[in-house]
Amino acid sequence: MKITEKEVRYVAGLANLNLSEDEVARFQADLDEILQHIDKLNEIDTSAVEPMAQVLFEGEETGTLRADVPVPPLGNEAALANAPQSGAGYFKVPKVIER
Amino acid sequence: MDIPSLTIDSIREGLLARRWSAAELATEALRFAEAENPKTNAYLRFSPERALAAARAVDERIARGEDPGALAGVPVAVKDVIVTRGVRTTCGSRLLANYVPPYDATAVERLEAAGGVIVGKTNCDEFAMGSSNENSAFGPVRNPVAPDRVPGGSSGGSAAAVAQGTAVVALGSDTGGSVRQPASFCGVVGVTPTYGRVSRYGLTAFASSLDHIGPLARTVKDSATLLGVIAGRDPCDSTSAPIDVPDYAAALDRNVKGLKLGLPREYLKDLTSESGDLIGRGVETLRGLGCEVRDISLPNTDYAVACYYIIATAEASSNLARYDGVRYTFRSAHSETLADMYRNTRGEGFGAECKRRIMLGTYVLSAGYYDAYYLKAQKVRALIAGDFRKAFEQVDAIVAPVSPFPAFKLGEKVDDPLAMYLSDIYTITGDLAGIPCMSVPCGRTAGGLPVGMQILTRHFDETTMFRLADAYEQTLANAREQN
Repeated sequence: MKITEKEVRYVAGLANLNLSEDEVARFQADLDEILQHIDKLNEIDTSAVEPMAQVLFEGEETGTLRADVPVPPLGNEAALANAPQSGAGYFKVPKVIER
Repeated sequence: MDIPSLTIDSIREGLLARRWSAAELATEALRFAEAENPKTNAYLRFSPERALAAARAVDERIARGEDPGALAGVPVAVKDVIVTRGVRTTCGSRLLANYVPPYDATAVERLEAAGGVIVGKTNCDEFAMGSSNENSAFGPVRNPVAPDRVPGGSSGGSAAAVAQGTAVVALGSDTGGSVRQPASFCGVVGVTPTYGRVSRYGLTAFASSLDHIGPLARTVKDSATLLGVIAGRDPCDSTSAPIDVPDYAAALDRNVKGLKLGLPREYLKDLTSESGDLIGRGVETLRGLGCEVRDISLPNTDYAVACYYIIATAEASSNLARYDGVRYTFRSAHSETLADMYRNTRGEGFGAECKRRIMLGTYVLSAGYYDAYYLKAQKVRALIAGDFRKAFEQVDAIVAPVSPFPAFKLGEKVDDPLAMYLSDIYTITGDLAGIPCMSVPCGRTAGGLPVGMQILTRHFDETTMFRLADAYEQTLANAREQN
């Protein structure tokens, strides 16, 4: 067993993901199978290998920076247009701080 | 006009000869696409206003005697993970069912500037996570060649639209094979350019170190033309490369004599016999064109699926954290506290495959597991990229299958996520290494299912890849004509 039910619930908490009881059982089985496959990686000795975080290309160090020129911003109205709830130019969320 | 047989060149010729206007073509293409769509569910919605405005702009340019652009009047389908200003973009997710982006992706901006006409947004697996298009919140797509089968995924709608003829070319996205695999299943051309070749500004992020935008088309030349239009440095994407973009379409010289091709033995052992035979015949055709074929080894291939599903899910768990009920349309109606709002919004909004990958990605990044999984995978990724680097010291291109099998039946693999992941084995390696790779049709099985052959080349050498694919496509077309 690579992952317990308790760990599944813990990870769901870290991911802010509400799971049903069925989903907890299902994902425990799925993740267990996938993690067992992933164990294959332990067959390879990588002690002398540098990790690869991304694909790099030749270029100057600052080649990927854009010119520091101001451009018009998106604008408050457009930025809020897809908000489920907004008001007074802000995103609205349930109350966080109790008085 | 016969919409399904149009090409970029034939449209340009028709427009310049004044056989029809771009507006007439757009109207007819939209009518055809809307009539055909119920057969496949390839499009999630059409964008007639935007299409007609773009077409009229092309007509005005022609009337003024100006060059109407490399994609003048060409009907284009855009995968619904690529944002379009004012046109709903759902990513195949219930969470974004009502999301209307306030800006255009750079690829979208560039293809419209070149005269392209966006007819609609295509169906896909939710947030591009899947290999069958069955993970869309808006229903699966049927393969136009065999309606009881999947079109592949995640760009299943884009591949189906091009195969069906309701778009001449399409944009897809590829993180682990999501352009090439559906292209192979539907019998069209699908291209994953070099990582950094095409700006991802406006591509909804799935796994940022692996995501690509890539073209789908019915001919190699059309895919090359579309890539030429969308490629190149973009100040809005710092991972886009400041490297010149050659004229790919002009480089298609049909002379591939003397090119050295590598055939990786690790890619040939688990194929179904019919797919293997077709790839074998494809290799013989290339040999007949004067290519020198060598047996090569990519020894770390067996570890690619494990490596990929750690890196891709880790990055996805981070990228999908933004869908929390604050900014992007959907919020759970049943939440008193902020924490409940996050958890319920995500629990109700994401489909099963997204949840599975968020869980796996969060697990491999969590305290105590980071080194064992994420760091280990990054090291194995370096080994896989190294395999390709060594191979390209000996050969100019690698020829390989795209998928172990042709299009499977709808529902056949939905209950076995690991089996679905394992079927990505031949496509994820190209994404991990960041090299250009494409699928070109290489024939059909006895049952009539298309099979694609994959061509991979060195970083930023799309030209050699296109030249090989075009010469091969032409040879097959000539052979068909003689029969």
